[in-house]
Amino acid sequence: MILSGSDIIVECLLEEGADTVFGYPGGAVLNIYDSLYKYSDKIRHIITSHEQGACHAADGFARATGKTGVVIATSGPGATNLTTGLATAYMDSIPLVAITGNVACNLLGLDSFQEVDITGVTMPITKHNFIVKDINELAPTLHLAFKIAGSGRKGPVLVDIPKDITAAKIDYKPLGKSVPDKPAEVSEADLNEAARLINECERPYIYAGGGVISANAEEELAKLAELCDAPVSCSLMGQGAFNQRDRRYIGMLGMHGTVKSAAALNSCDLFIGIGTRFSDRVIGDASVFGKNAKIIHIDIDPAEFNKNVEVYTTVAGDVKIALAELCKRVSQKKNAWTDEIITTDYGEPVQKGTEQLPVTPEAVIEKLDELTDGNAVITTEVGQNQMWAAQYYRYKNPRSFISSGGLGTMGFGLGASLGAKVGCPDKTVVNIAGDGSFAMNLNELITAYAHNIPIIQLVINNNVLGMVRQWQRLFYNKHFSQTTLDNRHIDYVKLGEAFGIETFVIEKNEDIEPVLKKALEISKNKPCMIEVKIDRDINVLPMIPAGKPVVNPITEIDLEA
Amino acid sequence: MEQEYVLSVKVNNNNGVLLRVSGLFSRRCFNIKSLNAAETEEPNVSRLTIVVEGDLKVLTQIKNQLLKLYDVHEVRILEDAVTREHILIRAGRSEEDRHKIIEIANLYRAKPVDVGKESIMLELTGEPAKIDSFLDLLKPFGIIKMVRSGITALERD
Repeated sequence: MILSGSDIIVECLLEEGADTVFGYPGGAVLNIYDSLYKYSDKIRHIITSHEQGACHAADGFARATGKTGVVIATSGPGATNLTTGLATAYMDSIPLVAITGNVACNLLGLDSFQEVDITGVTMPITKHNFIVKDINELAPTLHLAFKIAGSGRKGPVLVDIPKDITAAKIDYKPLGKSVPDKPAEVSEADLNEAARLINECERPYIYAGGGVISANAEEELAKLAELCDAPVSCSLMGQGAFNQRDRRYIGMLGMHGTVKSAAALNSCDLFIGIGTRFSDRVIGDASVFGKNAKIIHIDIDPAEFNKNVEVYTTVAGDVKIALAELCKRVSQKKNAWTDEIITTDYGEPVQKGTEQLPVTPEAVIEKLDELTDGNAVITTEVGQNQMWAAQYYRYKNPRSFISSGGLGTMGFGLGASLGAKVGCPDKTVVNIAGDGSFAMNLNELITAYAHNIPIIQLVINNNVLGMVRQWQRLFYNKHFSQTTLDNRHIDYVKLGEAFGIETFVIEKNEDIEPVLKKALEISKNKPCMIEVKIDRDINVLPMIPAGKPVVNPITEIDLEA
Repeated sequence: MEQEYVLSVKVNNNNGVLLRVSGLFSRRCFNIKSLNAAETEEPNVSRLTIVVEGDLKVLTQIKNQLLKLYDVHEVRILEDAVTREHILIRAGRSEEDRHKIIEIANLYRAKPVDVGKESIMLELTGEPAKIDSFLDLLKPFGIIKMVRSGITALERD
């Protein structure tokens, strides 16, 4: 069958099962968009307002479904607009394939119109990238891109395709869906050593990261926790890896983790880190982290071992297989310490509003959790909104908390929520945002309306860049430099109306339940938005200052001090 | 303890592979002392010989991070290996210098490759330590230009 390069691209996408793609057309991808036009009954293309939004949408789609997300952008600025999205996906190990157009091969390197060396630009923020200069290499390269993105520790792969390659024609024979590399065998000796430590310990602590979710290992994690009778904490990326309605769940660990999780960290004798990279936001002062315990580190990427913290022993391999094998070697335990940790009240902080602005994020998110029974998919922006979304919604399912953990990308959530909803149309999807992050990429409300992607956009509006303000209060003598947004005066109801998005306001506690219920009802058919007005000095607590030991978190900030 | 290690890295002979490897070193803050790249007996595969400085922890990190690059096939930390370096050097400011330099060159079995009126260009291949000592002896005559290839190495059987 004689096909053009652009037809081959679409054929390859379909062979890989990618029937939904996000993107934005442009000069260098005109051929690709012509093929998308031809194949529009087989492949759904969602045009966003900006390529960054498209990349976040593909990312949200991948996180929510476990499939590889696909984004298409034109050369030059189209390609560079993907970079924040690619870096976000790279830091969080999310499988993406980004397809960019480029100028024709004979124009490469001549500073041609809309030319950029995107493989050079994205080398440090992709797992791998390619430029295809030979039509015969096109299909094998695209399949290889999917294979690399979805093998081992997953990540984004970019394929740059000059315009003449998309126009060229060859005889095409389908190659079929790529198969991910088989993970390396888990070492028997490592498993036995880990099992011995677990069987011999008295105070085991399980700490699960995003790797548990990537590996679909939630059942094995739950089984191990049961067997060794351990309390379980999750990292930000690990939210949803363990059912937070389970008695064993003791909250997030790290900078904004619970007091309980910090107390358990410092009294455990065995710390089992699973599918995690021990981020600096979790470990604080690396030299004292988990010093009273032996640390077992189980991860797919050996480069993470002893990178940020020194550990006692390691198990390299697919987390699902490693945990299943470990469960076979661990005998049922019962630890008095675990009961003590679970039942002790460590005095977790509770948020308080003011007389003028009585509503708290805690109250709103807890009500949302109750009304959705913990089954919604929550996406977040970055900052206070992100931490509150992690702290107060009690996740039951993997792939239900979608957040830029590593890169910390403000403006991520709305695009991601669109991708998540497209990937999981039967789930309620809520993007929890702050007013600062929301303003960064609110253009994607246009996409929500245009494609009728019925998400709920929840804007927690405190008129400040709250997380930075919090640090300015604590560490910069209350110099609230450039973080007070009082001059903005955004009318969210009118803003929503302009985009065709019905919008509600929560400003009293009595509003919370009826507004949320109404929004949940509307979101069965169309997108809507909620503005939650809160006081600017509600802080994210508990808190461990950056680089400090994870001991006795701050639970109260004196606003008068 | 900080020390020098020699890594022998087999990579796909693809466009940009040097950039991928050197970019990794720079963004992860690993120190490269020298890097040599050339084709091997298989035309699709190049061998990089990289001399790095660091402790064992850094060395392990370098190895593991390199192995994550798609284009990297194999990373070996060389312990028992033949290491060689090649140097081209022009030295000397007078005819007298030139004669003395030739004496030193004979001792080291360095080969004259270009002879000028006052200066002379020599080439020498040997272990890096030998090259260092050869250089030290030539320094008093004034080194006009030089280039060292960086270390190449292969493991012994």
